[in-house]
Amino acid sequence: MGYHMSLSIRLTINGLKREIALDDPRVTLLDLLRERLHLTGTKKGCDRGQCGACTVLVDGRRINSCLSLAASLDGAEITTIEGLADGEDLHPVQAAFIAHDGFQCGYCTPGQIMSAVGLISEGNAGDDPERIRELMSGNICRCGAYQGITEAVLEAQKDLAERNRRDAA
Amino acid sequence: MNRFDYIRPASVPEAVEAAAVPGSTYLAAGTNLLDLMKGGAARPERVIDITRLPGLDRIEWLPDGSVRVGALVRNSDLAYDDRFARTFPAVAEALLSGASAQLRNAATVGGNLMQRTRCAYFHDLASACNRRAPGSGCDAREGENRLHAVLGWSEHCIATHPSDFCVPLVALDAVAEVAGAHGAREIPVDALHVLPGATPEQETALAPGELIVSLRIPAEAAAFARNARYLKLRERTSFAFAVVSVAAALEMEAGAIRKARIALGGIAAKPWRAREAEVSLEGAEANPEAFAKAAEMALAEARPSGDNAFKIELARRIVARALTLALDGTPEAMPALPASPFSTTPGANHAA
Repeated sequence: MGYHMSLSIRLTINGLKREIALDDPRVTLLDLLRERLHLTGTKKGCDRGQCGACTVLVDGRRINSCLSLAASLDGAEITTIEGLADGEDLHPVQAAFIAHDGFQCGYCTPGQIMSAVGLISEGNAGDDPERIRELMSGNICRCGAYQGITEAVLEAQKDLAERNRRDAA
Repeated sequence: MNRFDYIRPASVPEAVEAAAVPGSTYLAAGTNLLDLMKGGAARPERVIDITRLPGLDRIEWLPDGSVRVGALVRNSDLAYDDRFARTFPAVAEALLSGASAQLRNAATVGGNLMQRTRCAYFHDLASACNRRAPGSGCDAREGENRLHAVLGWSEHCIATHPSDFCVPLVALDAVAEVAGAHGAREIPVDALHVLPGATPEQETALAPGELIVSLRIPAEAAAFARNARYLKLRERTSFAFAVVSVAAALEMEAGAIRKARIALGGIAAKPWRAREAEVSLEGAEANPEAFAKAAEMALAEARPSGDNAFKIELARRIVARALTLALDGTPEAMPALPASPFSTTPGANHAA
């Protein structure tokens, strides 16, 4: 593969299989989502991997979509903020961010929420606020809503654990 | 970002063949390369995507107790691998002290070894930089250089190597396994990154087109598992490069030091192994005097390259403190703030 040819890639985005023709290999996953697929929930902050506003899940893992070449992700499963809610029912992390005032202007919020979803599934933080803060350090909030964000992540984690217990029972 | 040809080889030999063409560069996760390409500091004509190469995403324990880690293993997968973290705790701690969770989920072992300096003048195309544009000069020499090198620098370049991961790797005698057009070879990680001298554009010992396919940590390194730490001083608590960092590991026997390993990060163009300081500790009683002497020896050759004389004293103190923490023992669980001097790990002596 290579040499000026147009690239065709397959991605599953929020459960929907898509075949995407890329006319330029320079397209990042972030630009693909926002500019070509019009999924503008994922935000462009710094575009250099420093702010976390562009965080999405790739094959279930949180990454910075601004530093990923779309062509390189051929075959991957992508989850963006648009894919979290179940119809009108918010995802527990979304609901917890509202309940705990985990934002002010809201620009960093999709990235914060996707990062929190990733953090909870990684399962390395326990219920230690210091570990939550450390593992959320890739998401900057210039309004300074960190207190609410930490509380929201703790509550959503508890909520999701309870749901999992109920589902298992 | 400049235009480039995107090439996705299916095997290591295919990748090496594709990269033999001048102007080629390998792409793994891209967390460093895409950043450099967006700023224009890297302008490859051909991007060889190695993320699909088979067999490079495994952590493989060899019969002799050493471990082979594929170049495509993600930083987080390695750091959270139970057996790996128990066997080489300072490596896991260094990995978790680097970057952010998102970047660690993407960034690969090979990519970390190949990451470029974070010197602002290297990144800024309007600045003179011998590393980026040979012969253009070094604006860092008279610029903002408080975080630049204090060991191994030259008039041509005072940049530092930014990796955390590579610091304990150098301390533990890790080896990079390399594929190239002329076959396979091994390069100790300590010899992979080279000092600038008069040719700072020559950043590694790799020949053009050579590819790191895996990393091997020898079985002997496991002997330090009970007394191994990575300590990293940053200008903020998390998601920052080291001002100074140290990997310190001790092998204790009946209260005395049998063997010691010390390497420093953030102070030179390569992770800096302090071999003479290690030797000074062998057979010695583990006490503050011995650690202070080792720290003194580790920085004996250091000299400021600008407004950074403070880093020399800072590095001495961090060496002594990392040795003290190593003596206290590897923590049962990874500290909440890995490698942080502000960590709440019991036994940390904040005044050391």
